[in-house]
Amino acid sequence: MIADPILEVTGLRTVFFTSAGLVRAVEDVSFTLRRGEVLAVVGESGCGKSITALSLMRLVPSPPGRIVAGSVRLEGRDLLAISEPEMRAVRGNLMSMIFQEPMTSLNPVLTIGEQIAEAVRLHRDVTKAQAWERAVEMLRRVRIPEPAQRAKEYPHQLSGGMRQRAMIAIALACDPKVLIADEPTTALDVTIQAQILDLVLQLQQESGTSVLLITHDLGVVAETAQRVVVMYAGRKIEEASVEDLFERPMHPYTHGLMRSIPHLAALSGAVAERLQEIPGMVPALSNLPSGCAFAARCGHADAACTAGVPPLVERRPDHFVACWHAGALS
Amino acid sequence: MTPVLHVEDLKKHYPVKSGFLRRTTGTVFAVDGVSFSIAPGETLGLVGESGCGKSTVARTVMRLVEPTSGKIMVEGTDIARLPKAALRPFRREMQMVFQDPFSSLNPRMSAGDIVREPLLVHNVATGREADDRVAALFAQVGLRPAQMGNFPHQFSGGQRQRISIARALALNPRLIVADEPVSALDVSIQAQVINLLMDLQRDQGLAYLFIAHDLAVVEHISHKVAVMYLGRIVEYADKASLYRTPQHPYTEALLSAVPVPDPKLKRRKRLLEGDVPSPMRPPPGCAFHTRCPYAEARCKVEAPVLRELAPGHVAACHLR
Repeated sequence: MIADPILEVTGLRTVFFTSAGLVRAVEDVSFTLRRGEVLAVVGESGCGKSITALSLMRLVPSPPGRIVAGSVRLEGRDLLAISEPEMRAVRGNLMSMIFQEPMTSLNPVLTIGEQIAEAVRLHRDVTKAQAWERAVEMLRRVRIPEPAQRAKEYPHQLSGGMRQRAMIAIALACDPKVLIADEPTTALDVTIQAQILDLVLQLQQESGTSVLLITHDLGVVAETAQRVVVMYAGRKIEEASVEDLFERPMHPYTHGLMRSIPHLAALSGAVAERLQEIPGMVPALSNLPSGCAFAARCGHADAACTAGVPPLVERRPDHFVACWHAGALS
Repeated sequence: MTPVLHVEDLKKHYPVKSGFLRRTTGTVFAVDGVSFSIAPGETLGLVGESGCGKSTVARTVMRLVEPTSGKIMVEGTDIARLPKAALRPFRREMQMVFQDPFSSLNPRMSAGDIVREPLLVHNVATGREADDRVAALFAQVGLRPAQMGNFPHQFSGGQRQRISIARALALNPRLIVADEPVSALDVSIQAQVINLLMDLQRDQGLAYLFIAHDLAVVEHISHKVAVMYLGRIVEYADKASLYRTPQHPYTEALLSAVPVPDPKLKRRKRLLEGDVPSPMRPPPGCAFHTRCPYAEARCKVEAPVLRELAPGHVAACHLR
């Protein structure tokens, strides 16, 4: 049993029916987000991390996509079993999401104040004036200078960093229990990224919101999350605390990822060595090999790896890994 | 040794036109007085945030956009003002690799034809000779010559970037200008392309102007690094010197902002306030003073010049 879960995802399976065939975007993914923690889901493009996030919000475009199995329990209530009107009362209220590209997720013809107030009026019984007041207060909370003025501006009048702050203000306007952040800083410059991550962590501590952070950046993971789920080709292949994962990655893919990124040598004191490559590339989700999806790129693969999908096993306390050879490797 | 490329006081200003009559109402100072040199076999990393002018430097050096003023010396000749025809022999010396391997390859040409095209355009080889050369280039960048007939959409992002590199290598250039060549690629593929670029440099003595926003990647691949802010170089030094002892407050802040993939390393971040100002209205004095934690009165009025603070290490800051 996991202490104090807020969001429990069990056996989630999302598929897309495409002309290229059935695409298994999310395959039997389970994890638990604990109250007040930051859980990172990390992986490369096409690993299913964003579709996992969209599935939790029930925002998978359908058709072609469909959630075919699993449950998503928010404080015990299965979000996959409730009606669409009930789900609408959850989105933006109990559970909110921020996206990578704030310019495409904000409405260009409404001021940002109106967009925050809209979210508030949708879920709270308040007057227009009260909703506006809340909007200005939210802009202040996300550290936007002159919030009363900025509330009257349109998205195009704001810089990229300010827009992402406005997105966060909308997402947090109703004090959600869970915030899903899908690559929230990927489109931003490094100094702005640092500001936004710092802001998300401060707000998370102020409000006690639990955060599910979707990212491809191991640096962002190390600096913000307490626990990490690693995904590859639609499946969860490893889960551990952030310290444990970086110190003792057990899946050959996780290990390979960490060796393949250049580190700032001046900080770590490391000598710049040749980067370790992971040979080959991510397999197409419409044409997955049998057995372990990483086998073709893995230096430890043998007959067992192509014969069957390795189950997720707890190899050390709270450290789960799906690899036939994880025991021998660690 | 004569540098492969020597750039002096390069400027690129874009007029801003608005209104019905398209009157010029302002100027974007995209590149505003940039100087650097690249020796044979050396990599100069050019870093900075979006809008700092690093891509404009690349395009201006390649003469893909016309410089407003300044010198671009290639093997002792200033190519900044050369007419198109006279420029052609110099194009063989410098080739470019772009960020997006999806939009920089013609989707209607086979990979082999894409790599062959520079050979034909410059009358280097035709027929069987060209085929052999293309096959050799494919092998060199880690593609199978059997894939020459495939079209760009049949390749992954990393493979497409290999095609771009093969095309750039076709004319045996001495310098490759690479504008964010790995930032569109996945982490596990980035390492493959970085290693390829470094192997090619070791084997052929290529020089690179390597433009990127990822400071860890730049540190890994570069010998020297220049940091740009609002159209100007604010710091320029050997890699080790710049990363270990950054002199400009902006470099310091950039390095501090990089997320480090090591949870045990709990650094105190020095966060910068605010955003990069518009290059249409760069702040007076030191352009960085609006975000600088150490700014003093003189920073707001007097523009600092690049000064040598240690051997080979220059920075533009009044306070150092």
